[in-house]
Amino acid sequence: MDLFHNLIFGFGVALSWQNLLYCLIGVSVGTLIGVLPGIGPLGTIAILLPITFNVAPVGALIMLAGIYYGAQYGGSTTAILVNLPGETSSVVTCIDGYQMARQGRAGPALAIAAIGSFFAGTVGTLLIALFGPPLAEVALEFAAPEYFSLMLMSLVAAAVLAQGDMAKSFAMVALGLLLGIVGTDVNTGVQRFSFGITELSDGIGFIVVAVGMFAMGEIIANLGDPEERSVFAAKVTHLFPTWADMKQSIGPILRGTAIGSFFGVLPGTGPAIASFSSYIVEKKVAADPSRFGRGAIEGVAGPESANNADAQCKFIPMLTLGLPASGVMALMLGALTIQGIQPGPEVMTQRPELFWGLIASMWIGNLMLVVLNLPLIGVWVKLLTVPYRLLFPAIMAFSAIGIYSVNNSSFEIYLTALFGVLGFVWTKLGFPAPPLLLGFVLGPMMEEHLRRAMLMAKGDPTVFVTRPISLAFIIVTLAIVVVMVAPAMKQRRGEITG
Amino acid sequence: MKLPDSKDFWSGVMLIAIGAVAVFIARDYPFGTALRMGAGFFPVVLGVVLMLFGLAFAVRGLRDSAKIEGNWSLRALIVLPLAFVAFGVLMEHAGFVPAMLALTAGSAAAGPEFRIGEVLALSVLLTIMCVVLFIWALGLPYPLIVGM
Repeated sequence: MDLFHNLIFGFGVALSWQNLLYCLIGVSVGTLIGVLPGIGPLGTIAILLPITFNVAPVGALIMLAGIYYGAQYGGSTTAILVNLPGETSSVVTCIDGYQMARQGRAGPALAIAAIGSFFAGTVGTLLIALFGPPLAEVALEFAAPEYFSLMLMSLVAAAVLAQGDMAKSFAMVALGLLLGIVGTDVNTGVQRFSFGITELSDGIGFIVVAVGMFAMGEIIANLGDPEERSVFAAKVTHLFPTWADMKQSIGPILRGTAIGSFFGVLPGTGPAIASFSSYIVEKKVAADPSRFGRGAIEGVAGPESANNADAQCKFIPMLTLGLPASGVMALMLGALTIQGIQPGPEVMTQRPELFWGLIASMWIGNLMLVVLNLPLIGVWVKLLTVPYRLLFPAIMAFSAIGIYSVNNSSFEIYLTALFGVLGFVWTKLGFPAPPLLLGFVLGPMMEEHLRRAMLMAKGDPTVFVTRPISLAFIIVTLAIVVVMVAPAMKQRRGEITG
Repeated sequence: MKLPDSKDFWSGVMLIAIGAVAVFIARDYPFGTALRMGAGFFPVVLGVVLMLFGLAFAVRGLRDSAKIEGNWSLRALIVLPLAFVAFGVLMEHAGFVPAMLALTAGSAAAGPEFRIGEVLALSVLLTIMCVVLFIWALGLPYPLIVGM
């Protein structure tokens, strides 16, 4: 069987000792930053991107992916033990996880979170292996109009589903698109928005924007609003959940996995939406909803499975269509491009070791997380006592060296500082940052496809609705807008008149 | 007249400014036709879209006045980018070690607490770590100190 054959091939790639090492580094760094509040996977991956230049593409992707899903694990550990969500996706886990810990059941809570995540990760891996190849096959038929409509759809979905003010998300997408076209126009050679600066003729570096907004901007915000960190760690005595715990958790884990997988392929939804939806569903189907908020194990099992399934399935559109469904996936796409690999459906046929190796490594990484992290929980919690004032100068140092090493250019350092300030100001004004990154990555590609589509159709804009696949994307785009924007408009009118 | 201090109003002003600048600069780029779009098409359209968004926010901001939350952390906002700029300048003219020392000590100065002994120890330690990791282990080709 093809799938079987491919997976074996993938495991062959992932089990080489270098790739195992990269996977281990990735999940360890991921857990570390998952535990530490104030630095998330976005910032970390952005900072580490330049270091992956010297690594083979497979190893680089394996490591970066490990950081991403490792962070989900780390986030839940601190959520349960010290009521502190390391990542936004573990906010929900705090509710019942911490209550369980206070009742002396920290061990079972951690274990069930790990088991749920592992199960969801396994399913996610299988889903990618199952649906990746047929999706890529379909995508191979895409021409410029389809790509343009598809990108339009994912940008609209990302803006609509992003957390925060929807109109501001749209504005950030537009701003990102505009930033993306800085540099030499590939079609005509015209210099755009480069202000006569040679460094800008190649465009603004992807890493510059990402590190500026997600590392520096984040640190500025954290220094402005220092949070009280009282570490009251619950003791972990026995780890293993009872049989009753297991039986109670099976349903939530299955439902959480399904919910997470569904949200995973939708652009723009972070793992937080998946885990939150799962929590609501579990509360609805529970025989006794009043147990929730007082240490119900379902409230840990469901959301933790959901956020991990979501994290894994986010890779499906990225790997098969070259389409980033979230900020982190935009960074992964950037990593591919930096390695000289053109993202898209061709990756699977031309670089099969990349696709199947990454998938296999994700399963291995999930296993590592379960096996390594449960015994090491004490160590991770100790790390929480490192004060932030010692941490952030180190983050700054790594960021600076990383950016400088890309082009040996001080100019990019100054530009990063500028984006740090801009990122902070935009966040303060209520603009969410990830939509900008998506627009920035997709901007040049979208413009290229638009121009090519118009050439193809001899200037006739109806090309986007006369080709069936493109039409389908346009219809979905409109549907998203109608479903999500209309209620908001209605509510707004209600506010004004009422 | 007092300026409105709503978050949306200033968001609008900012977007209008960015959009206007984009359109103004892009006016020199060939706009092209629908068939053969020029270099100016995308930037102008995006600039106009940004201005429209800005207008909508500004109007909304005049009516509803949700204030900007939290504080501006002015110290970090100024000191942190400056530390970065210092790193860039020193990398070109003085070498890796002075650049690192300036960056780490400068960053630390952006925080609310500044303990001189601790900051010194941290900067020296981080610099040594980075020299070992990036210069010696990863082989980045930067002089430790220019002229040495």
